[in-house]
Formats: sequence, C-alpha cells, structure tokens
Amino acid sequence: MRDILKIGGQEISSRLFLGTGKFSSNRLIPQVVEASGAQVVTVALRRVDLDYEEENIAAYVPKDCILMPNTSGARNAGEAVRIARLARAAGCGNWIKIEVISDNRYLLPDNYETIKATEILAAEGFVVLPYMSPDLMVAKKLAEVGAAAVMPLGAPIGSNRGLKTKELIKILIEEIALPIIVDAGIGRPSEAAEAMEMGAAAVLVNTAVATAGDPVVMASAFGLAVRAGRIACLAGPGETLDYARSSSPLTGFLRD
Amino acid sequence: MSFYGELQRYENFDFELFFKQVTDAGIKRIIAQHRLNERDYLALLSPRAENFLEEMAQKAHRLTVQHFGRVIFLFTPMYLANYCVNQCVYCGFQVHNRLERKKLSPAEVEKEAKIIAATGLKHILILTGESRQESPVSYIRDCVEVLKKYFTSVSIEIYPLEEDEYAELIAAGVDGLTMYQEVYNEEVYAELHPGGPKRNYRFRLDAPERACRAGVRTVNVGALLGLHDWRSEAFFTGLHADYLQKNFTDVEVSISPPRMRPHLGGFQPRVEVSDQNLVQYLLAFRLFMPRGGITVSTRERAELRDHLVRLGATKMSAGSCTAVGGRSDQESTGQFEISDERNVVEMADMLYSVGYQPVYKDWQSF
Ligand code: SF4
Repeated sequence: MRDILKIGGQEISSRLFLGTGKFSSNRLIPQVVEASGAQVVTVALRRVDLDYEEENIAAYVPKDCILMPNTSGARNAGEAVRIARLARAAGCGNWIKIEVISDNRYLLPDNYETIKATEILAAEGFVVLPYMSPDLMVAKKLAEVGAAAVMPLGAPIGSNRGLKTKELIKILIEEIALPIIVDAGIGRPSEAAEAMEMGAAAVLVNTAVATAGDPVVMASAFGLAVRAGRIACLAGPGETLDYARSSSPLTGFLRD
Repeated sequence: MSFYGELQRYENFDFELFFKQVTDAGIKRIIAQHRLNERDYLALLSPRAENFLEEMAQKAHRLTVQHFGRVIFLFTPMYLANYCVNQCVYCGFQVHNRLERKKLSPAEVEKEAKIIAATGLKHILILTGESRQESPVSYIRDCVEVLKKYFTSVSIEIYPLEEDEYAELIAAGVDGLTMYQEVYNEEVYAELHPGGPKRNYRFRLDAPERACRAGVRTVNVGALLGLHDWRSEAFFTGLHADYLQKNFTDVEVSISPPRMRPHLGGFQPRVEVSDQNLVQYLLAFRLFMPRGGITVSTRERAELRDHLVRLGATKMSAGSCTAVGGRSDQESTGQFEISDERNVVEMADMLYSVGYQPVYKDWQSF
C-alpha cells in the first residue's frame, strides 16, 4: 500500500518523527533513526554547534533524513523568527518547527506568539510546523497564516503521559485540512498507535525513546506501532459500542 | 515585589519544632506526591527524611531523566579580576587579604578565551570581586564583547547591579546570572559581612529579580553551605528559586549548593555539611522543583560528582580555575581551592562512561 504524507512539497513515507534531545550519546541517534524508520528528525538549533563537529548534534542525523530544526529556547515570536533564519542560513534547510515557550514550569507553548512567528516565517518561504496547545481557533489561525502542518501536544513535553488532550486533537483532525502531527506527551507505542488510529497524520516522539531502557529497541517498537495505527486508520475501524447490541431489539416488533 | 516578603513569613519559624513533627508516613506520602508545596520540601530536608534517601534518589533520578534526559551541561568559570572592597570573612579575595590583585586586559581575556574555546565549551561564567572602581560595569561589558566571539553563552557572577546595568550587560550579550546570597539568615549575614557594600542584604537578595526584569535568560541562586544551619539555608534557596520561577516564568531557574572550600585566610566552616547532607538537599530540591536546574561545581571532589550525575545534577563546571588569568599564568592565587581537577575531556569521558552525554552548547543569543 502506498501511503504518502506530503508536507511542504516533500513526500514522507514514515509517519514517525523523531526528536534528538535527551539521548545519553549523540552516537545513538543514527541507530535510533534507522531502527524506527523515521525520515523527519528534529534538532534544537540551540544545541547545534557548527564549530565543533564531534559534539554537533546535527552531524548525527543521517543525510537522507529531513532535518527539522526547532526553535526550542525561544520565549517569544521574535526569538523564534531569528532562530529560524539562522537555521536556514546555517544550511539546515527550510523546515522549521516553531516552539515558543515562556513557561519553564510546565513548558506549555505560547499559542499567541506561535501564530505570530508562523505568519512571519511562512511568508518568508519556510515550511513551518508549529507546536501548539490543541485549540481549534488557534489551529485555524495557524492554517490561515500558512502553517504546513499543525503539531498539538498530547500531554506536556517529556511527561510520557499519553494522549491527555485526545478529545481536542480529535476536533483538530476533523476540522483542519492540514496534517495534524501529535507532538509531545506520547510515552508508549500503544499511545502512538492510538493517535494514528484517530487519524493523526504523524506523531513526534523523543523522551519516550531517549529515556527508554533500550532506546534503539524502543525506536523500532514506535516505528511498528505508528505503522499499525496508520494501517488501522486506513482500514476504517469498526464502530465502537458502549453496550452490547440487544438480541431482542426494542423496535423488533415493527418488523414482526 | 521582592522575595524578602516571602522570607519574612518565616521570621520566627521554629524549624526544630517543625522537624520534630515530621513522621515517616508523612515523608512517604510526600515522596509519592506529584507536586510538593513548600512545607513538603522542608519535610524532605528534615533529619527524619535521612532514612528515606534511597526512595528520594530513585524518584529524583526518574524526574531528572524525564525532564532533562541523560545529559549534563558543561561550562567553565573565568576570573576576570580579584579586586574586592568587601570583607566577607570566608573569602580569599577579601580586601584585607594580601595577595596579588589583578584584572585581565581585553587582550588577556582573549588569550584565556582561546585556551578555553579550544576545549569545545561554549558556555562561560565570568567572575569578579566587588570593586566598582577596578572592575566597573563598562569593564565587564568590554570583556563580554571579547568573549562573545568565542562563546555562545556568557553568564556573570559579579557584584549586584542596578536593573539598568543588568540591561546594559544583557544588551552586550550576557544571558545568565549567578548570584549567591551566601547566607539567607539575615543576622548571620550581618556577622559574616562586617564591611563593604556587600553588607546590604536586601540589595543582594533582590538582585536576581532585577536581572530577571532586565531580561536575563537564566538565573542561578544558592547559599554557601557551611556558614549557617544547612537545612534552613537549603530551604530558603529552594523557596527563592521557586519564587523566581513563579514570577518570571520564562526564565530558567537553577540552584547551586556550593560547600566551603579551603582558601587563603583559612576561615573554618561554622557548620559541617556532609556528603549525605548535600545529597539530601539536592534530592529534596529535585522533588520540589522537577524542572529546576542543579549546578554542581568543581568545589566537590571527582568521585562525589560522578555520583551526583544520577542524583539530579544538570550542570557541571569542568576544567575550572579560580585564579585570575590562571589558564595562561600558572602562578596566580585562586579564590579557593578546587577539588575536581579534571579537564573537559576527562569530564566528558566520565559522563559517557556512566551513560550520560556532555552538552557543550545549549544556547546562543539569536
Ligand atoms: S566573596 Fe566576593 S565580595 Fe566577598 S570578599 Fe570574596 S570576592 Fe569579595
């Protein structure tokens, strides 16, 4: 089955996106990417050290991957925009994941600043993927100003708590024409599969893999789960019922 | 607005009595909680909680890995000048001590910067004694301008400034502030600071807030352990960090638990703070502020630092030197003796060997 996700003119066959923070060694990154089959890999530009190849996180991302720098560390739209421009100037391509966080206690995204940054960068020709708190009106606005996809959180970053915002993400999937990529919060492969079954276009996972006992094996589990969830979504899951269908229907007499 | 108001709530607080009332069941319940309030934090600093260090350690480790990953941020200090007009009784640089006073010229700063930059580190912390005459803000700004060529992040550990002075340095490229209150107990503070502008307790206490208002990205606060009862000092340090995080949500807040080290002058610590005490402090803080940074300096010996990697530490200094220009000039006298003498490569090797990654660059001003 050929099932391709298209973002910013690029065809992507793996719907698992990977984050690169928190690993115990950059050297694990190529193995993790390979085991998971991921094609899109995000790196924090704040960690990219172009002068020092050995510790430069971006150097560990396999060349055939789409490098998606992110604006982690940006506290407002202005900083996010500057980081994005710097990433492009440094040769990191024109994909950018907008992360604007001005709350260090919970690391929740600032939707308002995110919209502003998205608008500016989309106009400059970036492929902009904004990380956001799942809110329908914000997602609409992001689509309007030129986002290439929308990345709602499932739970706070790094919490591994799963799809706590499920109902809100469902609404985005129903209402927004752009790909919805669940970013943050997914802690287990089963949760990634669930997001995919719901109709998410992709999921982004970092902490769950990086902090697993065996990150490489966990990466492969996530790869499989995302595929399983996607196939299930395409297959059209059967209706779920809250109660058993009665064998003696209440309206049966009408047909008797 | 000031943290001083928060401190005053504890003016006549009876720590002894509070600690007596802490129970084993209470401690277990607190460890299991998702979120701790300030009294919970204090309970974890109690003598009774010493029986639960392993449980606290397990949780602290999990929380740290969850929020920061298996990484340790590395940085190194650089002493710009050791002129000082203060009389802190515990410090080698105090005005009455006879040592060669020095300050680096911009060219010397550049020379040291090159040596440090060759190790790959991108974060630097610059220090001076307190002398507005010898190392005025304009001098510090000139040094920052040189350092910006070599480092992506420059933090300051200097005398407290006014808000507009912080803004000036931030505009020049400073992004982090370290400010140790040294001792939060106001009476003890007065005793230990017999002369000089540092006697002004409030001006120092409020400095991190002024820096936050001026737009600094990171603040690091701490009490110098050994000057007063460590449990209450650890408590107030945690409250200070929490207060700053609450009021300046976009600032990354961290603490340091520096213990007194030998230095010229030979002041003996008033209070012994054992390794176990230090560990308890770090664990309690981690449970109280799961996302708060914890900086462990080379004041601590190598073996202990190796263990602290898995007990909540997030930032460590490496290849440290506490003498002005000490990297290019081996003769100078340091502020205190460092304990972990490992260079950056040795630190990185240690971190890799325990399953952690050293991070040399975590920010640049964009
Ligand atoms: S601690 Fe600082 S202010 Fe006090 S004497 Fe030493 S250098 Fe001066």
